[in-house]
Amino acid sequence: MNKRSWEGVKDRFIAFFFAANGILTIIILIGIFIFLAYIGLQAFHEISIREFFFGKEWNPTAYGEPKWGILSLVTGTIYIAVISLLIAIPLGVASAIYIAELASPFIREVLKPAIEMIAAIPSVVLGLIGLLIVAPFVAEIFNLPNGLNALTASILVAIMALPTIISISEDVISAIPESYREASLALGATRWQTIKGVILPAASSGIVAASMLGLGRVVGETMVVLMVAGNSRAFPTSILDPVRPITSTIAIEIKEVVQGDLHFQALFALGFVLFLMTFAINLASDIFLTWRQGVR
Amino acid sequence: MNDKIKERIYLGIFRLCGILSLLILVSILIFVIEPGIKVIDLNFILGMWQTQDITKGGIFPAIVGTFYLGIGVAVFSVPVGICCAIYLNEYARNTGLVRMIRLAIRNLAGVPSIVYGLFGFAVFVQFLHFGTSLLAASLTLAAMTIPWVITASEEALKGVPDGFREGAIALGATRWQAIRTNVLPSALPGMITGSIIGLARAMGETAPLIIVGATFYMRGIPDSPFDKFMALPYHVFILATQHNHPLAEQYAAGTALVLVLLIFLMALAAMIVRYNFRRKRRW
Repeated sequence: MNKRSWEGVKDRFIAFFFAANGILTIIILIGIFIFLAYIGLQAFHEISIREFFFGKEWNPTAYGEPKWGILSLVTGTIYIAVISLLIAIPLGVASAIYIAELASPFIREVLKPAIEMIAAIPSVVLGLIGLLIVAPFVAEIFNLPNGLNALTASILVAIMALPTIISISEDVISAIPESYREASLALGATRWQTIKGVILPAASSGIVAASMLGLGRVVGETMVVLMVAGNSRAFPTSILDPVRPITSTIAIEIKEVVQGDLHFQALFALGFVLFLMTFAINLASDIFLTWRQGVR
Repeated sequence: MNDKIKERIYLGIFRLCGILSLLILVSILIFVIEPGIKVIDLNFILGMWQTQDITKGGIFPAIVGTFYLGIGVAVFSVPVGICCAIYLNEYARNTGLVRMIRLAIRNLAGVPSIVYGLFGFAVFVQFLHFGTSLLAASLTLAAMTIPWVITASEEALKGVPDGFREGAIALGATRWQAIRTNVLPSALPGMITGSIIGLARAMGETAPLIIVGATFYMRGIPDSPFDKFMALPYHVFILATQHNHPLAEQYAAGTALVLVLLIFLMALAAMIVRYNFRRKRRW
């Protein structure tokens, strides 16, 4: 009897230990929020919020009067996000449809690990390929002195977003009940009509969620944009302009700053903005995914 | 007739897009292997790094640094991730706390790596005074890897049939005894597979290393967790963008090739574990 109650105590203690590990994830998330907010918000003692969010010029090291406007950096991030998603969403959804609906089991067994492998390729390696192959190619096509610009970066970032979009869309499409397809085909619809009229509408909220997760990856991607986006702080006006998104600005300048000074704090504020952006994107994608489950 | 032509065209487009991902993978590999293979020899793999003349030295310290980093990340992320998954799948009911943990995990998985870098710098480098070191970098990357390990481990636990748990409990085992003797042995290979893939991804990360600690040149290899270290991805980055030797890009490609091989070997090992397990499993 005594032994049994000891086992009970032990069991409860072990359950508590596992729960503590779960709670650690919440602590990390809150920790990220607090540390970034604590250091970042100190920057606003000296920088006006208006200048930070609406100023077009970012030049913290300017002699005399440094400029702290993040608008051109945010625009750079948006440029790359929009172009790369314009490339990655159609390609990703189409190949998800192919894998889920059309491919033979053998091809599926080849394609799925291939897509996992693309996800495993380090972003610095894609950046290198951008420098060696894609940038010279883009420069030649558009007759530019060099190919380091928003378009080149977007092409490479699109490759990074593809595995996310494909694998989640594919899961969603595969989860559609077989009876949907059978009903459509039985009514005489072709496979394309079935895909267009039945599969895509049924999978739409899942595809939106997949695209949102892809967007989250794109917005946070650092190495590729750092290496091939051109790193110009000027306000971009064309997709062939060099840009400097939020992520690469942090990566470039964090090494040059004095720890604890205003510039250091401003970079944390920039990181905080990035964190909030991706947080909102992920939350939205979460809502789309659970909404889909609710409908079922 | 018209519908049939349309059908052919559209299905053809889908097929093309599907095959495209394979094409992308193959061309990425070719673009890395083609320039990279020229610089790889025994000295490049096992030699010490020479910053002045990059053609003389090797990337041994960077390989060792990345290897140490992988061990550090594994130590800090795998146990926590597995324990958290056990809690979520074996113990937790659908309480507010559990929903919060799940929300936190999904959001952590979406936090950009550079933000983890800033967090790691503020917490481990500055607040805890670990300095820009192997330890700080391991902890930073571990925070990033934990959600991946959790997701993979939970997947593995979900694959274990409920009968395994119920059988043990019906015989009078406590919940922990049931988990230890019946659930974990069946779930462990899946957990290992997921963890290895997560580690491989962490070892390829560069952005956090820029902030929390990798260095481009050091004498010898690190001999304490508080040492600075070289790492393959960071080495690729510096060679590709900030080195003016005429052959720097080729050496960057060589380093990138070693990194990609390392990651693919790890993924392959994970797949073999998974395959063997699937063949042997009893249900």
